Amino acid sequence: MGKRFQKLNGRLREHIMSFGFLGPSLLGVGLFFIVPFGIVVYYSLIQSNLNPEFAGLQNFINLFENSSFRTAAKNTLMFSAMAVPLAVVLSLLLALMLECRIPAKSQFRTFFLSPMMVPVASVVLIWQVVFHYNGTLNVFLSVFGVDKIDWLKSDYCLIVILVLFLWKNLGYNMILFMANLNNIPKELLEVADVEGASAAYKFFAIKLRYLSPTVLFVTILSLINSFKVFREVYLLTGDYPFEGLYMLQHFMNNTFKSLDYQKLSAAAVIMAIAMVILIAILFLAEDRFGRDVEG
Amino acid sequence: MAKKKRRMLGRAALTVLAAAFAIAFLLPTVLTITNSFMTKAEIDANYGIVFSGGAQGGSSTYMSETVNLKFIPDKVSLSQYWTTLFQSPEYLLKFWNSVILVVPIVLLQVAIAALAAYSFTRYRTKFKAVLFFFYVILMLMPYQVTLVPNYLVSDWLGILNTRWAIILPGAFAPFSVFLLTKFMRRIPKALIEAAKLDGAGEWQIFSRICLPQCRSALYSIAILVFIDYWNMVEQPLILLPDAEQQPLSVYLSTINAGEIGLAFAVATIYMIPSLLLFLHGEEYLVEGIAHSGSVKG
Repeated sequence: MGKRFQKLNGRLREHIMSFGFLGPSLLGVGLFFIVPFGIVVYYSLIQSNLNPEFAGLQNFINLFENSSFRTAAKNTLMFSAMAVPLAVVLSLLLALMLECRIPAKSQFRTFFLSPMMVPVASVVLIWQVVFHYNGTLNVFLSVFGVDKIDWLKSDYCLIVILVLFLWKNLGYNMILFMANLNNIPKELLEVADVEGASAAYKFFAIKLRYLSPTVLFVTILSLINSFKVFREVYLLTGDYPFEGLYMLQHFMNNTFKSLDYQKLSAAAVIMAIAMVILIAILFLAEDRFGRDVEG
Repeated sequence: MAKKKRRMLGRAALTVLAAAFAIAFLLPTVLTITNSFMTKAEIDANYGIVFSGGAQGGSSTYMSETVNLKFIPDKVSLSQYWTTLFQSPEYLLKFWNSVILVVPIVLLQVAIAALAAYSFTRYRTKFKAVLFFFYVILMLMPYQVTLVPNYLVSDWLGILNTRWAIILPGAFAPFSVFLLTKFMRRIPKALIEAAKLDGAGEWQIFSRICLPQCRSALYSIAILVFIDYWNMVEQPLILLPDAEQQPLSVYLSTINAGEIGLAFAVATIYMIPSLLLFLHGEEYLVEGIAHSGSVKG
């Protein structure tokens, strides 16, 4: 009895200790993220902060009827839909390239990774010089007789931002792929070699299957980073960009200025729900695709 | 023989391709740095057309009709740096603003995360698993979601428009908790059990065994957090609208046409801390990124 009590006591103490270690983090996360997010959900469901009557889905309906929100959501969605697949595929190609027997691999790795450490604010000057109406790109293209384009105020604006996004993010993704390419069992690839499998077969049937958790991770990471491209857009074009570059973060900034809590809260809740759904879909897809290698 | 030749050719083609990519990846950074050594007159002449907003009647300085992106300055000069460092205190002030925002965030976030990661590693209960899942979800939320709760709390605490409105949410951001937990779970259990048998308490196990084992992870996470916050734009715009207190990562874009000569020097100076960290810690950084490679488990 005594011993058992002591053991129980010990476990209890361990539990208390463990929450002691977790305490600071839990307190902060609760205070700055979880509790206020609960309030955000509440705000999104009431008429106004002065008139806290249940409003049903009215705030969400208002939000979807708001033309700036629709523009921002459309642009952000379109950008992510282009940027994420490209980021995944191109960084995988870079990783495969560095898998091959080429000289100065580690230097190449450093070079490819280097843009991640450059603050956007620092490099934005060069981008301005390149993509300006009288900028380098137009000067270069004029050699081939192409008319001048005001890149950041044209239909191509998202493509320009896409280039900046890829420039900054490919290196990080590439490292993730490189690390996991190394983890593929060598024997498997050797067996495939002996049996005369083609390079394409080896890639799709073996490598890609083993990489599927990494593909999932890189996809999620690129998705999150694609929302941060506001930085580039803002630093290049300011508060009021060309309509094609008006992102969700611009919408949030402008809504913060008028401090419309209901609109802000509804937008944050919608974004959170959209993220959870997207990530769940990605998880399920990966689960299906990578099932037989993980077991 | 023919096969060998073909393989050689393929390798050469790949090398060229890699080199082309490398140039594309390096060029913007290198150009920023080399341009920072131009004189004001040269910058104005080369890029004036971009930053002045086109028409500039009555300007006495020569200005090219189109930009003239140059790799090497005509005359290497430190005048931009001189002006930045000794005649334009506002840039140094904004640089300092960045430092006093980012350094506390990095230190606090890593310290708080180390404790939390230890808890998540050592005592794995069902409740903890659920909690950890929450952390992961939170980590995946973009700023468009988290800034609204952050704003509400900052407003309620009365720290809106002060540095704390950025430092505190940054200190508790779950990113480091997630990464460090993944590292700590790799520490052999036997090591911890042995220490326990020797009578080590929890704090001793944490500080004498776990932390030293994770030293490189701590360093690489600190670099990642630093790079992320050194680059911050979203948070200051909303939580710290006071221009006086804003970090250089936001302020740099407000540089006006008259001071464009300084911009490249300021941009380069702003790169230096993350550049140094990157060059010094690249191996750790790569290892840190590599280990972050999965959201599962």
